[in-house]
Amino acid sequence: MLRYVLRRLLTAIPTLFVIVTISFFLMRVAPGGPFNQEKGLNPVIKANLERAFGLDLPLWKQYFVYLGNLLRGDFGPSYNLPDFTVAELFAAGLPISLQLGTAALVLSLVIGCAMGIYAALRQNSWIDYLVTAVATAGSTIPTFVIAPVYQIIFGLLLRWAPVGGWGDGTFANKIGPVITLALPFLAIFARLMRGSMIEALHTHHIRTARALGLSDYSIIVRHALRGALLPVVSYAGPAAAALLTGSIIVESIFQIPGVGRYFVDAALNRDYTLVMGTVVVIAIFTIAFNLIVDLLYAVLDPRVRYE
Amino acid sequence: MNVSFKAWAIGSTMLMMSATGAFAEVVFNRGNSADPESLDPHKTSTVYEANIVRDLFMGLMVHNAKAELQPGAAESYTVSPDGKVYTFKLRAGANWSDGSPVTANDFVFSWQRVTDPATASEYAYLMAPVVNAEDVTAGKKKPAELGVKAIDDMTFEVMLNAPTPYFLEMLTHQTTFPVSKANVEAKAADFTKAGNLVSNGAYVLAEFVPNDHIKIVKNDKFYDAANVKIDIVNYIPTEDRSTAMKRLEAGELDSNDDIPTEQLAELKAKFGDQVRLGPLLGTYYYAFKLDKAPWDNVKLRHAISMAIDRDLLAEKVWTNTMIPAYSFVPPGIGGYETSLTEYAETSQLDREDAAKKILTELGYGPDKPLKMEIRYNTSENHKLTAVAIQEQLKPLGIEVSLLNTDTKTHYGHLEQKGDFDIARAGWSADYKDPANFLDLCKSTAGTNYGSYNSKEYDDLMAAAAAASSPDERMKKLSDAEAIGVARDLCVVPLLHYGFHTIVSSKIKGWEDNVMDVHPSRFLSKE
Repeated sequence: MLRYVLRRLLTAIPTLFVIVTISFFLMRVAPGGPFNQEKGLNPVIKANLERAFGLDLPLWKQYFVYLGNLLRGDFGPSYNLPDFTVAELFAAGLPISLQLGTAALVLSLVIGCAMGIYAALRQNSWIDYLVTAVATAGSTIPTFVIAPVYQIIFGLLLRWAPVGGWGDGTFANKIGPVITLALPFLAIFARLMRGSMIEALHTHHIRTARALGLSDYSIIVRHALRGALLPVVSYAGPAAAALLTGSIIVESIFQIPGVGRYFVDAALNRDYTLVMGTVVVIAIFTIAFNLIVDLLYAVLDPRVRYE
Repeated sequence: MNVSFKAWAIGSTMLMMSATGAFAEVVFNRGNSADPESLDPHKTSTVYEANIVRDLFMGLMVHNAKAELQPGAAESYTVSPDGKVYTFKLRAGANWSDGSPVTANDFVFSWQRVTDPATASEYAYLMAPVVNAEDVTAGKKKPAELGVKAIDDMTFEVMLNAPTPYFLEMLTHQTTFPVSKANVEAKAADFTKAGNLVSNGAYVLAEFVPNDHIKIVKNDKFYDAANVKIDIVNYIPTEDRSTAMKRLEAGELDSNDDIPTEQLAELKAKFGDQVRLGPLLGTYYYAFKLDKAPWDNVKLRHAISMAIDRDLLAEKVWTNTMIPAYSFVPPGIGGYETSLTEYAETSQLDREDAAKKILTELGYGPDKPLKMEIRYNTSENHKLTAVAIQEQLKPLGIEVSLLNTDTKTHYGHLEQKGDFDIARAGWSADYKDPANFLDLCKSTAGTNYGSYNSKEYDDLMAAAAAASSPDERMKKLSDAEAIGVARDLCVVPLLHYGFHTIVSSKIKGWEDNVMDVHPSRFLSKE
């Protein structure tokens, strides 16, 4: 197992290298640059800015300079927020996105799976229909609708929580963003869990277990659940990577200082270094969670072995 | 459960407030469209950055609550008889926030720093009136050769290329603000960080959490600290304007520099006089590509300009938060008479008739329709404006197509003189002067997107720059606008910008003005 993990981690290095290289050149193909703006700059000033950020060098040279800096852990300064380095921006924003994302992931996994299991056990009952309805609504109502509705009800009408802002990360400030982030994933987990649980309950080994007179608890938790969790775990990997690296919509609407907005803002602003930073972060999260998912397969499914 | 959560929320808020001493201090939560790119006054360029920098730093001259000019870091000044040398006597007792005095050497250092190509200041061009400034920025001369000097610790002298009537007004722009030489030299690139930044304005930087807030606190070393009534200003970036309105309603914000204009009617009904509208010094315009047929035909340009119903754009698309424009320079600059297009006063029906006549004369009709593509940058209102113009031109047989790109692509294309028919752009004044707009049509200007090239216009602009009296200069500029804009349509002015802000009735001293400048030091909170 350990050898497998090490091998996967080693193969992640060339993967990251390829991602960085493709992203670097793709970004430069996009028309316009970081210093094109509504109030146009005169050519002398634009040239000074380009020189200050090393954009006057040939592209291949910029690439190797960037790669060299990256190997030393230096992501460079943000072009559009020059008071901060890319590393400083992530150091400030990533813990916030991680907090919200982790809470939303746990919430959506626990409640979603519980709802799915319960609905599967009571198939075609009113509870099952209710869970299906909630799951469908949760995955179809977009977050840009859920968030303002939450703000109006809890922020303005009931005044139980702030409308927006981080406010040093108090519970009241987090609850809205966490619920909004969690709901669509909760709905998907509930649907996945319900479907795979129903399927598991109809397999031969469960029927055999019932015939042997095992208790309901033992059948559901020890035998059906392990197999039924596999599709949920498969989806949970990329879902975790997406949740933990923030959401531009939720962070913008709730005015949360996470890193979710950088993924879009940096690209629109042609903030090359910040774009590269976000690409590296997303790539690392995706690679890590794919590995975790694969390892969980081995835990859940006795047929999977990594030797 | 609900009750206990509510009690917990109130309790924790009370605890926070008492922990920060908020009961005693006056806190102004000020919504600002976005975070500043930088807090280094020499590296800022936007209005929302200016709002913060203006609270932190003080230039030689400042705007008061009504955006009227008054001495700031300078106590007084004298101008030489030829109008080319300004001598500023610095204010005694006006110190940096670390207690050290603001000296003339700080100004010399700062102005040299702005023009130094190594600083890469976006607004270095603002310094152009100062002797050698342009050559220093272009790397042809050394920063030490800039036309500024410290006569003594408290006397700062500036030499100008020519009499510059707007020079004092220019000094209210943050690019001309001083930074502490000792601070910048000691902390280098990190001097703008909270805890490092030394400033000479009414406030000092306490915290900067990107995308969350910038907390500035009253500077007790400020010369007029006794009259600063707000203790803490939290600048809160409010990119989502709808959320900003809800936060204002919930009391989490006291003001916001923008409103969702599409909700204007509902906002006015809800907030009444707290919604503030008025004219700004800015122009929303389209530019034809003038070096390309058929747009090199001035009659055709006027026909299209006449067919655009600006009243309808202002009312329907911009919900009257913009004003129809027939000149590039907006009204409101003292001593300047704008030159309007000749159809400014005629009715829209008459304009359309005239436009049809021109198009027929030029041979356009059902058999030979005129085709035109409007390029604009991403924004719902830019799109609606373009769509409205498309509809307005349709009855004249003009087939308009639309091309939307993101802002960087749009301006990258225009700056590189890419191909287009007509493109959207906008300009807002850095300081109250017509040349700030009219310079855009000079043949050498980087922002002359339409590639307008008129010797007559350039000569008039040059004559204005060399004029011996302010009146003569304004006359030449007005003549230039009459030629370049009203006659030749180097740009097609569509609308003048207006400010649309919302300010809680608890905030006192907020005076509406054409620069939309509201230094926190002149405000108070009930």
